Amino acid sequence: MGYEGVPGLVATREAYGETTLVVDPARIVEACTHLRDGEGFNFCSDVSAVDYLGWGETGVAGYIGTRDGRDLHEPGSQGLARVPEPKPKRFAVNYHLLAVAGEPRRVRVQAWLDDGETIASVVPVWPTADWHEREVWDLMGISFAGHPNLRRILLDDDWEGHPLRKDYPVGGEPVRFSEAE
Amino acid sequence: MTAVLPKRAPVYEGTRVPSPIPTVLRVDPGKHDLEDVLRVNFGPNHPSMHGVLRLIVDLDGERIAGLSAVIGYLHTGFEKTMEQKTWWKSITYPTRVDYVGFQANELVYVLAIEKLLEIEVPRKATWMRQCLSELTRIQSHLVWLGTSALELGAISVFWYAFRERDVILDLFELVTGVRMHTRYFQAGGLAEDIPPGFYAQARAFCERMPKAVDEYEQLLDSQQIWLERTKGVGLLSADDALALGQSGPVLRASGVNWDLRKSIPYLAYDEVDFNVPVYFGGDVYDRYKVHMDEMRESTRIVAQCLERLEGMESEPWIADDRKVVLPPREELHTSMESLIHHFKIVTEGYRVPEGEVYVAIESPRGESACYVCSDGGPKPWRVKLRAPSFVALEATATCMTDAYVADFIAVVGSLDAVMGDTDR
Repeated sequence: MGYEGVPGLVATREAYGETTLVVDPARIVEACTHLRDGEGFNFCSDVSAVDYLGWGETGVAGYIGTRDGRDLHEPGSQGLARVPEPKPKRFAVNYHLLAVAGEPRRVRVQAWLDDGETIASVVPVWPTADWHEREVWDLMGISFAGHPNLRRILLDDDWEGHPLRKDYPVGGEPVRFSEAE
Repeated sequence: MTAVLPKRAPVYEGTRVPSPIPTVLRVDPGKHDLEDVLRVNFGPNHPSMHGVLRLIVDLDGERIAGLSAVIGYLHTGFEKTMEQKTWWKSITYPTRVDYVGFQANELVYVLAIEKLLEIEVPRKATWMRQCLSELTRIQSHLVWLGTSALELGAISVFWYAFRERDVILDLFELVTGVRMHTRYFQAGGLAEDIPPGFYAQARAFCERMPKAVDEYEQLLDSQQIWLERTKGVGLLSADDALALGQSGPVLRASGVNWDLRKSIPYLAYDEVDFNVPVYFGGDVYDRYKVHMDEMRESTRIVAQCLERLEGMESEPWIADDRKVVLPPREELHTSMESLIHHFKIVTEGYRVPEGEVYVAIESPRGESACYVCSDGGPKPWRVKLRAPSFVALEATATCMTDAYVADFIAVVGSLDAVMGDTDR
């Protein structure tokens, strides 16, 4: 199970029995082509993104830990959890790949981006990435260079903002005839 | 009585995914100048449409010259909402995403939470989950069969399919108290013990179901109109099905022997005996055949689950982990400790260790998966549901190359997309 040959490989992580390959975003298409042709990952299950804005900070997403807090499930750890390690950049784009045929394997390819950075589209590698990447653009605002049809998919064409970003307000829709107007 | 089988167009070789946009069928530029290319808008609200899907179709006479699908009419921001809820409250949401195969999404989300918690689930819960998942599969396939046949004008199948579906919903009501959106799976096991009377009722269903499937098949397979409208229609080759990320019955009807229950077993699927139906025609008819065979196989799995479950009468149905699982109701009157645990879980919720997991199951529609990211707090940091319906609709353009306008009702039906699952 060696993925050393993947172009642009930055790091390999094993957690919960899953393999994550952190890949240089500039070489994502090369890496994905290699995984498809060289490693047999002929099936792209999913492309999705995570926004880590405010990760590990107090008050974000209900988080109330402190930096030297205690571990979960330790005796008497009712209140506090461990503060998570900081992430290299704001966004992670995850490609969940699957090898159909032979020994079934899964792998997660992860690329880190900051706001405003673009990543190359993998539609030429797996056509199924078309709608997945449009969804990531629509909801997370990550732009895919070379995508043939990068338009909003779930929201209206004239929608403002990208709702799955952590700085997108919940209840951000103005309510008519209310105090908040 | 068997109808005369029409000659079937064989599935094409290689690939015909449209280029450059894999999901949009473009009108041939040479045809564009002709005045008889007519653009017709089907949906989002159209009686023959499979939910609120909109298809923009360019017609050259009766032939489909161009096609693009527009989705998002049912987008409700489930993923964003789940980030605002505690882990145990957010279990109610995935159930409502795929509102036809509801227990599949519930299961995949609970499995993801359990993977992060690294919690041991009692075997009774595992077998009951498997039993209910298979009932859900049958129930979902019945909805598919009824509505797809209805859209092609075979109205009687609809009534029969929904008759059997009602029996399954009665079973769900007996076990969980509600007919749909059951929220019966908890992190750690089940919400309640299996009620008395379930086994007898479920057994009666298992005896009835194979005969019912034979009946539907007889009704449809002796129907000339059904055969002509489904055979050789909506072709999708194995290569294209994989490239377009198709899974479940669509993939298996294109000749790919792939079922997560067999290839990457979860729950206790490696301990039951069942077959994976595979067909090679890649058309609407073979997708229908896969659905029919799967209902028979699922009935077999349910029967095996019942057999195992009956031997686990007095076993626990949920893990004994007071940091995650609500204490038994009766303890709240006598134990201060239990009261505190109950209060903590209900108000603040349990905490899930930091990490990210991707859990996939074979839902009625294919690979239904859940990517969950936790920061160690009581709410999920990010939940992404990999919706098989969303991916299935990406194949519309490829399936409808060279199709007639009447075919696309059959094709969209056969891809088995639930719009709630597509739009989330």
